Amino acid sequence: MATFEEQLIEHRIYLMRFARLQLRNDAWAEDAVSETLLAALSKPQSFGNRSQLKTWLVGILKHKVIDLLRSNARTVTVADAQADEEGDELDRLSFKADGHFAETPNDWGNPDQTLQQVQFFQVLDACMERLPPALGRLFLMREWLELSSQDICKELSLTPTNLYVQLHRARLRLQECLNIHWFGKQGA
Amino acid sequence: MKPRITLLRRTCREAAALLIAREDRALKLPDHVALKLHLMACDACPKFENQLLTLRAAMKQWRQDGEDGDAASVSGVAASGKPPE
Repeated sequence: MATFEEQLIEHRIYLMRFARLQLRNDAWAEDAVSETLLAALSKPQSFGNRSQLKTWLVGILKHKVIDLLRSNARTVTVADAQADEEGDELDRLSFKADGHFAETPNDWGNPDQTLQQVQFFQVLDACMERLPPALGRLFLMREWLELSSQDICKELSLTPTNLYVQLHRARLRLQECLNIHWFGKQGA
Repeated sequence: MKPRITLLRRTCREAAALLIAREDRALKLPDHVALKLHLMACDACPKFENQLLTLRAAMKQWRQDGEDGDAASVSGVAASGKPPE
């Protein structure tokens, strides 16, 4: 049976992974994770099992991360002048003049099979890491922190349109990256 | 009746825009219906839809990996994953 400290050290790796992806700044990520682990150390008796500890740690980490995003709001917010252009989110897909796809989208097959593969999630992680920092933060505020659109707009001083365009752009980039680094290899 | 049918006609470009929009907000009813009709008649857009649905499911599983105690092995391996070239 691992001691409480040993369990915390085990969890540190995945806490760092989420913190780094969300904050896109290693020093901030270290701070957020250290504070989270310290908070856990101050009440070792309050966790029943490993899974409860993990859930608790992630919850605390999310709060620390939101605090950090808030206190660094000026650095984090990157106004994107182009983001309000209509149709801009589709600029990464190509269409013919008549509105048809220039090239049929890649067939990704059965999602259940894809999601069973550990390597797929490694590639997904790497693709998220490749998003430009501002875009990655915004996407993960939605997908990891699970903040509402309203809250993200408030935190980042964005208009709803601007937020949606950026979220769409992040999704398209991830699709493009997965097409190249995961689904492209399947048929080859 | 003809004008109505035209109202519900969408190009692939428009359908793709609706599919992406649907990931982040509810579509208006006419858009929702028009998208359904387009997906039934189109070969390419259902593939694009499947990409978005796969990504949506992948993000859900990725997020839960941090919350379920049992998925530690996945996060352990993923944490050491190198970015692809």
